[in-house]
Amino acid sequence: MIVVAIVLSIQTVEVIPEFLADAPEQVADLLTRMWPLDFAYYPDTVHAALMETIHIASLGTLLALVLAMPVGILAAHNLVPSTPVNLVAKLILVSSRSVNSLVWALLFVGIFGPGALAGTLAIAFRSIGFVGKLFGEALEEAQPGPIEALSAAGAPWASRMTFGYWPQVKPAFWSIALFRWDINVRESAVLGLVGAGGIGMALDSALNLFQWTRVAVILLAIFAVVIIAEVVVTQVRRRMI
Amino acid sequence: MNAPTAAVPADPFKGSLWPRVAALALIVYVIYAGAQLEVSWARIETGLENAAKFFSRLFPPNFSRHDLLVKGLLESLQIAVLASTLGIVLALPIGLCAARNLMPAWVTWPARLIIVASRSFHPVIVAILFVKAVGFGALAGTLALTVASIGFIGKLFTEAIEEISLKQVEAVRATGASFSSVLAFGVLPQVFSRFIGFSTYQLDSNLRNSTMVGIVGAGGIGGTLFAAFQRFDYDFVCAILLSIIGLIMLGEVLATGVRAIFIENATLADLFRRGSAMRRVRHSEDD
Repeated sequence: MIVVAIVLSIQTVEVIPEFLADAPEQVADLLTRMWPLDFAYYPDTVHAALMETIHIASLGTLLALVLAMPVGILAAHNLVPSTPVNLVAKLILVSSRSVNSLVWALLFVGIFGPGALAGTLAIAFRSIGFVGKLFGEALEEAQPGPIEALSAAGAPWASRMTFGYWPQVKPAFWSIALFRWDINVRESAVLGLVGAGGIGMALDSALNLFQWTRVAVILLAIFAVVIIAEVVVTQVRRRMI
Repeated sequence: MNAPTAAVPADPFKGSLWPRVAALALIVYVIYAGAQLEVSWARIETGLENAAKFFSRLFPPNFSRHDLLVKGLLESLQIAVLASTLGIVLALPIGLCAARNLMPAWVTWPARLIIVASRSFHPVIVAILFVKAVGFGALAGTLALTVASIGFIGKLFTEAIEEISLKQVEAVRATGASFSSVLAFGVLPQVFSRFIGFSTYQLDSNLRNSTMVGIVGAGGIGGTLFAAFQRFDYDFVCAILLSIIGLIMLGEVLATGVRAIFIENATLADLFRRGSAMRRVRHSEDD
């Protein structure tokens, strides 16, 4: 079946041979037009846009953590032993994940207008499904021993959560948060293509004006931020977990 | 008779200093960054008004241009299938070369560089570059997602190989087996099930992204979606979104099925919580 799918796809995908033939030429053209890099452009536009991108990613992730926790709890069968509630929570999580962050961004740009607010909300709504799903699964895997001990001692629900479940899921929670932040830094860089703020807006305008030297600077900036984010995540994970 | 004299802390669950400092820093950051978003009640009010208008125009979905819709979805599906195939085929050797426990340093560094470079850009940005290189259309999208697949599968495959038990590799090597036999009988059986896991996950992820690369002209349903959005054809937008969600859910069900066939005990969650799962496995091995 897999082979059939591959063969069918190869036969029907439209490839224009002339375009493929001059690809090396086009790449060479692209590289020569990108050179020399327009670094003078960095301080006045790119830097602010880059910071905005990081804010979008970080605030979006934090908002998603806050919103995903209750949904994750509702999705965990051992905490909320009601199948209909679990299913509704899982439906919320699946629909959040099925919509790409660019589509969420299009929706929020339609609602709140272009800008970083739309981007932050798009990142948050896309991340709820991811964080909530993994957090709910971590809760379901928690050992029942400590929780039984707490309820035997007459601990109320809040104490069972903070002293029974939270210490067990804490490492999973923070590693999910870090993992998602890393993904969100990458994703927030493209949200600007649909007008949702961040460095993507600068990239979009440079592309539309064929200012390839500026495009190269922006791409380099995105690359640097992504690498820095990855290093930060690795270091924090090593220290914390 | 004597009460224990050792000092008992008043609060046994007292937190230490650093988490508090970190929490404080986080709050300060949220206030600072939140102020840059220019959120105001007036904006939220107009936003809610817009949302009401927007959602009323979104429904009912308009499926009248279904031939365009089906064509776009099929193209997205083809992009996803081709990109995953190409990506898996290319990621296998690259991932193998990047594994530090099997290869010398001069082989691992270039391979690792390729993986990092292909992971660092979002597929949509890579698609922009490929649109310039090979022109508008599905080929650009396929190549862009291939690059993304190499980055993702390559990285996880490398990590999987680095975590294997070297005992079996040594055993195969001790029989005088050639390098390819060592790979085929010592290494691959240990990583095969996880490899299937990443591949199905990547197919799923390519399917999601293949519906988006069209925004920059790289083929698939994304172009149709973006055009409909800009023409305020919101009922058609709704139809496209519903179809995309349907396609993705179908893909997810298929991927889960494939995963269940090949690996009974490893799920996507295990893949993500690989660290803890591996630690548990190692503990049980030590015991």
